[in-house]
Amino acid sequence: MPISISNAEILETIQMIESENLDIRTITMGISLRDCAHPDIDVLCDKIYQKITTYAKDLVKVGEEVAEDYGIPIINKRISVTPISIVADSCEAPDYVKIAKTLDAAARAVGVNFIGGFSALVQKGMTKGDEKLIQSIPQALAETEFVCASVNVASSKAGINMDAVRLMGEAVKKSAELTADNDGLGSAKLVVFCNAVEDNPFMAGAFHGVGEAEVVLNVGVSGPGVVLNAVRKIPDAPFDELATTIKHTAFKVTRTGELVGREAAKRLGIPFGIVDLSLAPTPAIGDSVADILEAMGLERCGTHGTTAALAMLNDAVKKGGAMASSHVGGLSGAFIPVSEDAGMIRAVEEDALHLDKLEAMTCVCSVGLDMIAVPGDTSAETIAAIIADEAAIGMINKKTTAVRIIPVPGKKVGETVVFGGLLGYAPIMAVNQYQSSKFIQRGGRIPAPIHALNN
Amino acid sequence: MEKNTNRVVVTAVGKDTKGIIAAVSTALAERDINILDISQTILQEFFTMIMVVDMTDCQISFSNLKEELGLLGQKHGVVISCQHEEIFQYMHRI
Repeated sequence: MPISISNAEILETIQMIESENLDIRTITMGISLRDCAHPDIDVLCDKIYQKITTYAKDLVKVGEEVAEDYGIPIINKRISVTPISIVADSCEAPDYVKIAKTLDAAARAVGVNFIGGFSALVQKGMTKGDEKLIQSIPQALAETEFVCASVNVASSKAGINMDAVRLMGEAVKKSAELTADNDGLGSAKLVVFCNAVEDNPFMAGAFHGVGEAEVVLNVGVSGPGVVLNAVRKIPDAPFDELATTIKHTAFKVTRTGELVGREAAKRLGIPFGIVDLSLAPTPAIGDSVADILEAMGLERCGTHGTTAALAMLNDAVKKGGAMASSHVGGLSGAFIPVSEDAGMIRAVEEDALHLDKLEAMTCVCSVGLDMIAVPGDTSAETIAAIIADEAAIGMINKKTTAVRIIPVPGKKVGETVVFGGLLGYAPIMAVNQYQSSKFIQRGGRIPAPIHALNN
Repeated sequence: MEKNTNRVVVTAVGKDTKGIIAAVSTALAERDINILDISQTILQEFFTMIMVVDMTDCQISFSNLKEELGLLGQKHGVVISCQHEEIFQYMHRI
């Protein structure tokens, strides 16, 4: 009984996995912690630890088994939880560092490499719990290894909470300072969002949204290398053909994620959530989004035409992915982190790519300013202003934007910082030398745009 | 889509040398694995073989099979890969 797949198709699949870095970037178990709420922080932490280590006890084992059985690597196994500010709102403790340490211990116990959800959603205002969480972030990130934090400060419906933006500028700065021994690694685990999504499996911005089920498995598929090779095969094709080729490739990659995700969810006995098809680069050669943009005909990523190239890529990836899965979600598109992408790093080093161009690119990529190292003496107000700019882009364009920026203590433009592993390394990029402090000190809220009134 | 976890696609790619198919078929037979379909082409001395096999009666695990065939491939100078058929069905058919 022959199978109905042609030899060419079989060899294409084998090549994608063996030489083009097709992998499942992450399976992320979302766990609701809403039922753990308790005024006593010790009881709260006990309940959190018990719940996570019960639900996720087999996550790593099942991930490894599925990867082995299907011959497709699953690089990361992770956990996302309900935003801790919600879980801890009734807690009487003055800060939440102990909860972060509990998450860290639970992550270590089950063997995952990140746990996301030390988070707050404050796009319109802050509860007492939200403020305590934000104030706890720098110390929490400094004293834990696996915990990731994120705060949503704006949305297209609510506008921009500029008080929260100011606080987050300070939190980013302080997170870097408290981890100065590790070149500010703390702020590499902190994302500031506009229009955050509730089912994102990718770190550092993953959390388990309040509209989500008790427990769910979300899958993040990647594959810049696969798309890069597909683009390189047609160097002279017009954009119509190029877009179609990217769509077809994205389709195939997403189908793989759907298969693996469903199988893992089944073996864990939990519902399957979504596939997030994001071109998430790694520092490995050939696994780069910048290389795809350059393969389209740009001499260096960052030159004129880069935004158009990225817009086309991001859209084609979404279209291919949407057809391939019953539930596409998360951020789905192209990520443009600097330190995690060898092509982006080269573009910065060769003076082709600057912060201003990256900001323009975030209007059309799937998230925002990501893994950008700036001088250690950048002020908290300047960082807050960068966050405000990104939030404005997200709010007006009804898309998710984010800032993950590292003011590397003691480093200046021209120096390089090495974070290691998937976080890669980055040249320090220049920020504008003029101050934004008076603007940031105003506080209050930037009202929601007119198109928020769509009911 | 109907799930059939027993069917596996074995591919061997590399420089053409004598006896590759014999070696792979013998290895499969020794492990009680039935060959359902086989095709082979040579493009500019580049040897490509694709087999669809059934592992229903096989006593060893899929991961062991992969490892053992990988070693066999190294001996003959070809790269041998094993993948569940489902992957191909899922990737190329709606």
